[in-house]
Amino acid sequence: MIALDAVTYTYPATAQPALREVSLSIPDGQFCAVIGANGAGKSTLCYALSGFIPHFFRGELSGRIRIDDVDTQAVTLAELVQRVGLVFQNPFNQMSGAKFTVREEVAFGLENLGVARAEMQTRIARTLERVGIADLADRSPFALSGGQQQRVAIASMLAMDPRVLVLDEPTSQLDPIGTREVFETIRALIEERGTTVVLAEHKLEWIAAFADRLVVLAHGRIVMDSSPRQVLTAPELERYHIGVPRYVQAARAAREIGLWPADRDLPVTLDEATEGFSSSSSLSSTRLDLRNSRNSGN
Amino acid sequence: MDVRVRDLGYVYPTGVEALRGVTLDMASGEAVAIVGQNGAGKTTLVKHFIGLLRPTRGDVRIGDWDTRTKSVAQLAARVGYVFQNPDDQLFSRTVGQEIAFGPRNLGLGESEVRARVAAALETVGLADQVDRHPYDLMQTQRKFVALASVLALDTPVVVLDEPTTGQDAAGVERIGSIVERLQAQGKTVIAISHDIDFCAERFPRVVVMGQGRVLLDGAAGDVLARAEVLAQTYVEPPQLARLALRLGARRAPRNVVEFLQVVREEVPFT
Repeated sequence: MIALDAVTYTYPATAQPALREVSLSIPDGQFCAVIGANGAGKSTLCYALSGFIPHFFRGELSGRIRIDDVDTQAVTLAELVQRVGLVFQNPFNQMSGAKFTVREEVAFGLENLGVARAEMQTRIARTLERVGIADLADRSPFALSGGQQQRVAIASMLAMDPRVLVLDEPTSQLDPIGTREVFETIRALIEERGTTVVLAEHKLEWIAAFADRLVVLAHGRIVMDSSPRQVLTAPELERYHIGVPRYVQAARAAREIGLWPADRDLPVTLDEATEGFSSSSSLSSTRLDLRNSRNSGN
Repeated sequence: MDVRVRDLGYVYPTGVEALRGVTLDMASGEAVAIVGQNGAGKTTLVKHFIGLLRPTRGDVRIGDWDTRTKSVAQLAARVGYVFQNPDDQLFSRTVGQEIAFGPRNLGLGESEVRARVAAALETVGLADQVDRHPYDLMQTQRKFVALASVLALDTPVVVLDEPTTGQDAAGVERIGSIVERLQAQGKTVIAISHDIDFCAERFPRVVVMGQGRVLLDGAAGDVLARAEVLAQTYVEPPQLARLALRLGARRAPRNVVEFLQVVREEVPFT
């Protein structure tokens, strides 16, 4: 479990806090997504959850951050990395800079944890396979594209098998199907290992399809905290400059002209949108079943 | 200004064949999005436009210039390139100096340089950040600084590499309107992007690349409906297009208005 209790944090040499009175409790095995406009505090929250605040970024911190029973301020970062892993927004910042191949890069964290060599090899092979970069094992981490580096960064954290995984926009440079794969991998990890996941993202479609919970930050405060469905269909969402999911936009506009049933909830996923539009009185359901089987998607 | 790519092939010194015969024509006033999986050759292609890479075979022409006969500095007067990672591009101590660097190198007078800096910062929404150090800004703001420094050059061709990465809804909206404005000014705007919804909404023409080749090239509504070809290069149709296709449409709607149109016209029995 992760628990933030009235956390307020101000970076060094800045006047305004980046997080204000943030309280958040995330149970084991939950997939909690965090959204918000740029500058709302998403990355700062990620740093606070993973111990980089206060151990790496100094500044002024009040309130408590606990992972299970451990107060993150009371232990060292070295102890924390065995519990929580952070995937940085810019994968370049994640690379050790000390390794010549992707395989060695992924080994770096495991070496520091003192994992036995044979175990290390198994874990590395499995992780590279899992994130789809087994073929890059012998390449230099710095000779890769942004998207490939992002996969290396994710692999480095997954290999360490942390109880809590924090990811700060881990798919920003990935192609669309690569993005979907990362979300699927995270979901599978939760099912298999009971990992707790906190993910800062802008990609509302995938959050809607995969996350259990959605927290909205604005100016360093939590302003919404509910299921992805509740948050993404709420009228006040626009106030926080996050955008509105396409399916919600389409159904709202369709409702105006009678193409979306007035009494039906707004859709946040492709499946829900398909169902809703199909059920709108005049559409033939048999014909749609045929289409569905041909164009299968999430 | 026209950009003309003929049978372009490029092999990296490591032996990786990144481009395997690309032919493309892009004209003044066109906004073209290039999509495709990581490693498809998109960035390798556009690096040829600014002379950072030289063709292994084939050629690239920017207007009447063959890029093989021009220096990077010369090409910079015709093609503005906004890097994927702004940190590869920014080096000055203030945002204002960063943006003034290009126009000053073009030999413009100080008053013209100042005017261009002010206009570019206004366009990207950073007018109040002129004296800040670029590295004191957020990464997404630095990306806007990089964009402004290219806008200030006023080149006839503008290339944007992953312009919306990490941007929030307001940032994406602003970049979209900048693309439309550049297009309206008659510039050739070329963007590489994984943000397929953004491509659909803002770019009338979409080029799909895979494994160093052009797989599809045409109007966004046609290209983005070809789900099976897009899948070969790890791209999915935009969200509203996927929905419309599932509902039986044959065209890919580019936005909500088109979606409703497509559903009414093409989906049976509505």
